[in-house]
Amino acid sequence: MSNTVNVTINNMPVKVAPGTTILEAASKLEIRIPTLCHFKLDTFDFEHRTGSCRICVVEVDGKQNLAPACCTPVHEGMNVKTNTIRVINARRTILDLILSDHPKECLTCEQNGSCQLQDLAAEMGLNKIRYAGKTSTYKIDLANEAIVRDMNKCIMCRKCEVACNEIQTVGVLSGVNRGFNATVGTVSNRPLSDTKCVFCGQCVAACPVGALSAMNRSYDVWVALNNPKKKVVVQTAPAVRAALGEEFDFEPGTSVTGKMAHALRLLGFDAVFDTDFAADLTIMEETTELIERVKANKNLPLLTSCCPGWVKFFEHQFPDLLHIPSSAKSPQQMFGAMAKTYYAKKIGIDPSDLIVVSVMPCLAKKYEASREEFSREGVRDVDIVISTRELAGMIKEAGILFKNLEDQDFDNPLGESTGASVIFGSSGGVLEAALRTAADWLTGEDLEAVDYEPVRGLSGIREATVKVAGMDLKVAVTSGLGNARKLLEKIQKGEADYTAIEIMACPGGCLNGGGQPFIHGDTSILDKRRDAIYAEDKGKPIRKSHKNPDIIKLYDEFLKEPGSELAHKLLHTKYITRDNT
Amino acid sequence: MIKTNKDLLQYYNKITKESSKNDLEIIVSMGTCGIAAGTTPVLDELKKGIQEKGLSNKVTITESGCMGLCHSEPSIEVIDHKASKSIVYGDVKPEHALDILSNGVNPINGPTLINRTWYYPEDESKKENCPQARVVLRNTGRINPESIEQYIMQKGYQALGKTLCEMSPDDVVKSIMDSGLRGRGGGGFPTGKKWSLAKAVSADQKYVLCNADEGDPGAFMDRAVLEGDPHAVIEAMAIAGYAIGATKGGIYIRAEYPLAIKRLQIALNQAREMGFLGKNIFGSAFDFDIEIKYGAGAFVCGEETALIHSIEGMRGEPSFKPPFPAVAGLWAKPTIVNNVETYANIPAIIRKGADWFKTIGTPNSPGTKVFALAGKIKKVGLVEVPMGTTLGDMIFKIGEGIRNDREFKAVQTGGPSGGCITAKSIDTPIDYDSLRALGSMMGSGGMIVMDEDDCMVNIAKYFLEFTLDESCGKCTPCRIGNTRLYEMLDDITKGRGTQQTLFKLRDLAHVIKDTSLCGLGQSSPNPVLSTLANFIDEYEVHIYEKKCPAGVCRELIQYTIEADKCTGCTLCARNCPVSCISGERKQPHVIDQSKCIKCGVCYEACKFHAITKN
Repeated sequence: MSNTVNVTINNMPVKVAPGTTILEAASKLEIRIPTLCHFKLDTFDFEHRTGSCRICVVEVDGKQNLAPACCTPVHEGMNVKTNTIRVINARRTILDLILSDHPKECLTCEQNGSCQLQDLAAEMGLNKIRYAGKTSTYKIDLANEAIVRDMNKCIMCRKCEVACNEIQTVGVLSGVNRGFNATVGTVSNRPLSDTKCVFCGQCVAACPVGALSAMNRSYDVWVALNNPKKKVVVQTAPAVRAALGEEFDFEPGTSVTGKMAHALRLLGFDAVFDTDFAADLTIMEETTELIERVKANKNLPLLTSCCPGWVKFFEHQFPDLLHIPSSAKSPQQMFGAMAKTYYAKKIGIDPSDLIVVSVMPCLAKKYEASREEFSREGVRDVDIVISTRELAGMIKEAGILFKNLEDQDFDNPLGESTGASVIFGSSGGVLEAALRTAADWLTGEDLEAVDYEPVRGLSGIREATVKVAGMDLKVAVTSGLGNARKLLEKIQKGEADYTAIEIMACPGGCLNGGGQPFIHGDTSILDKRRDAIYAEDKGKPIRKSHKNPDIIKLYDEFLKEPGSELAHKLLHTKYITRDNT
Repeated sequence: MIKTNKDLLQYYNKITKESSKNDLEIIVSMGTCGIAAGTTPVLDELKKGIQEKGLSNKVTITESGCMGLCHSEPSIEVIDHKASKSIVYGDVKPEHALDILSNGVNPINGPTLINRTWYYPEDESKKENCPQARVVLRNTGRINPESIEQYIMQKGYQALGKTLCEMSPDDVVKSIMDSGLRGRGGGGFPTGKKWSLAKAVSADQKYVLCNADEGDPGAFMDRAVLEGDPHAVIEAMAIAGYAIGATKGGIYIRAEYPLAIKRLQIALNQAREMGFLGKNIFGSAFDFDIEIKYGAGAFVCGEETALIHSIEGMRGEPSFKPPFPAVAGLWAKPTIVNNVETYANIPAIIRKGADWFKTIGTPNSPGTKVFALAGKIKKVGLVEVPMGTTLGDMIFKIGEGIRNDREFKAVQTGGPSGGCITAKSIDTPIDYDSLRALGSMMGSGGMIVMDEDDCMVNIAKYFLEFTLDESCGKCTPCRIGNTRLYEMLDDITKGRGTQQTLFKLRDLAHVIKDTSLCGLGQSSPNPVLSTLANFIDEYEVHIYEKKCPAGVCRELIQYTIEADKCTGCTLCARNCPVSCISGERKQPHVIDQSKCIKCGVCYEACKFHAITKN
């Protein structure tokens, strides 16, 4: 078989590999064909060709009907036309039909400005709805902390379903009902809060319209900031700084840490802190636990527990393995616990007068902060969680010209961080940070080598055997819950001999979290965010968590030592078995 | 256990010779339809009569599948084997039983005498005035489907024997390819080509599936075959398995067909016992077995990819092809999906050869086609005709014309997503390509005849309502587009249509046809387009004059009382459920049009034909 296929599109010849779709062949010729349901994530080598929205139809010589460009493979001598009157009519009609059953609430929609349907309507210049008729009415699901499901806006591209079932293997969403009443639903039409949804938000990231969106809490932050009786502090997760700039026309991969800190101060936060500080703290606790387990050769492999989506996933789906994840809380919750104890005491206020706001790349963090065990005497450790997108919205709303801001630093004592904590934002970062500390602690030296390349990357399951102080530590890193499931099943079958495994729920890690600026399928943006994160690590004077001077001070002044009784009380947690239906 | 081809022939000769059939055989049509029409009491009376009269050595009763005589069920056939004579009765009642037993093939009074218009080309030559030919239904209505011996006596499993003992898989595929057999489920894809595609792919497992998810309203061809001749389908599936290299088969049948399922299960067990299914069939290295899978009655699951997803436990909705099931089907393995009727042709083709098959039908559509002939026709029934038979012959010769001597208006072929064909195309030969050229399709074999009392706008709306309910909702044009088509038709039938509605209707119907994902969506606008093409005047009367010429669309009907005919008997006023008729006794009455709900009660009640409907 020949290695190339000759195709003609709009009278232009192009050579492509066999199996290429018309859509891909057209893009080689710089011909854009609109898509809505097509789901392709290059970095993760993932493609789902459903061909259900039909917006991408093109004319193919010899074919009776129009063909969907997104899933029709080319063949030798194929002659394609992408903009004949037949195609234009068909596409306009399809768009018309979609819009005829879509609320015209664009101006008040959470997705306003980043909606692919809105863009397409603008692009195609449809000036009125020709085929108006009955519209769908569904109850909006607002019953959880993280995700709003408004199926009235659903266009049945079903990318959410694919994200939930095929990528994440969580299995909450499915097509239900028939004909006009077909929609995406949950088991027995339950609210997400009553399902095994882990709130990873990959469905939200996949949704081209506003049917799935984050539970927006920015107004709550405005209220808190304007309450004179409260002191309001903020923490920002490692991955936020690598993506926030995209909302302000910075090139993807531009780190905006300093501008972000400045903007947060301008918004009125009393102190601008960093989740990175807590990430260093997490390494202290988690590495201590790892070394204890390795020495006792018990409860291995240790699974990281920073990711609340992942935690909820194993609580639902792998209750027999609840003894192996690290008991260390996530950085967000360690920060909250330290803010409401150590910091509140330090500045002499009652914890109930301190409001902790988190800026997270993640929607599951909104849920995590609401978990019961993360409150003490009715006071939550983290009060409000907003996403990267919500923070961008607040900065815009406040009239802050982000692009022109001077860089500023975080505040002390919860703002100092190391390179080890920055890389938490990418898949592989937590484990690498732990290895940096473990290697020093086990050898009793200050090792120069801190780069653990084999665990870096965004896709697949990565394994490495690291020699530390004469020991072979076999580690694995993966992201995306579908990959996680494979590893856990291996562990269940006793086929895994790892010492430690890092798992993040979102493919690629936090930099691709459900709260990040939308990439709409352009995974090259993720690669750039990752580069930004590792560049920031490299530029840091201190790159090991245990060398963070403020962490050392925190133990000296308050926690005593990693794994101490107080540390256990404040920085560790327990997992519970959850319903798996 | 049959181990070789020779075994089978010996067994065939033995049971044929020792056939326990008596001189007189009474075949009782015991399909679901016959049973529903009351055949069981007839059968009981016949059995009772035989016992009471001590005829058990003289008369044999055969409980068969459907004979196809829907218009006069319960039906029976009385055969005098010695005299080589037979007589078919319809509308048989239990009280006729004794008479029938005493008169044999001599006609009796009471039941309807049926003019037998079908023949069996496998053992009879074509007869004059017999427009029906039976290849698919060769055993249906003739043998007891629960007896494998009776199937074997009709040369059953000889094709499988021939395949396994004398033919290579390539020979089998070639033979089917040469026969020109096309898929009888509606698409008309060449069966041999489908098999060769699946054969060409190498895989550790392949599957042979039978699509028995018959879902067209009023269609019952496949049910009749499965209830009347299940072994034919089993034999064909085993042949297909050998041809493509599959060891597993599955029959996807709707759970609403309990009798077909029961008879299939009996047949499968018999075939296993005799060694026609299982390991080393006919002493060859070929293993094959069949499982039954139940469908929940979703029409779209008749689409092959949807059917496969349904078997896999997924949502029954079609997916884009390629990959074709022949390459990646059930559990991503090469799979062929053929319809019941397609399979029922296979054993005869293998036994008698591709050339024989091609003598029936037309060059591009060889063979026969089974139709469920229904609607405003005198002789509603299950018929099988050679391809190329004209629509006119179907309707006027086999169907004997329109009921109540009304005027023929149109015939809908291809089920809900077919098109309406009018009198001007009545001489069209029935084959895949001719029907498609008329904007209709073969479909699985529904044929609904309409007369002058049918409103074509309403007919289009009726069929569209069916596809609307049965759309899986996956693709935009079918999910929303058909809803909009329906809404527009609804507007027209309710007097809300405008010229714009007509333009939009046509435009949208074309786009739905052009852009839908699967055959259901692609063909769903056919009733709309074909009625627009052939009955535009009816649409226009609805839109511009706000009238329904056939008097069907309720909102467009007006009932008026003709003063000169009205005697003032007050019957209409007393019956009117909304009290909108007023008038003094013995004086002409008047209908208040603003209150009238067009229920037609007054029209029915008036004894003086004083009420007009227009």
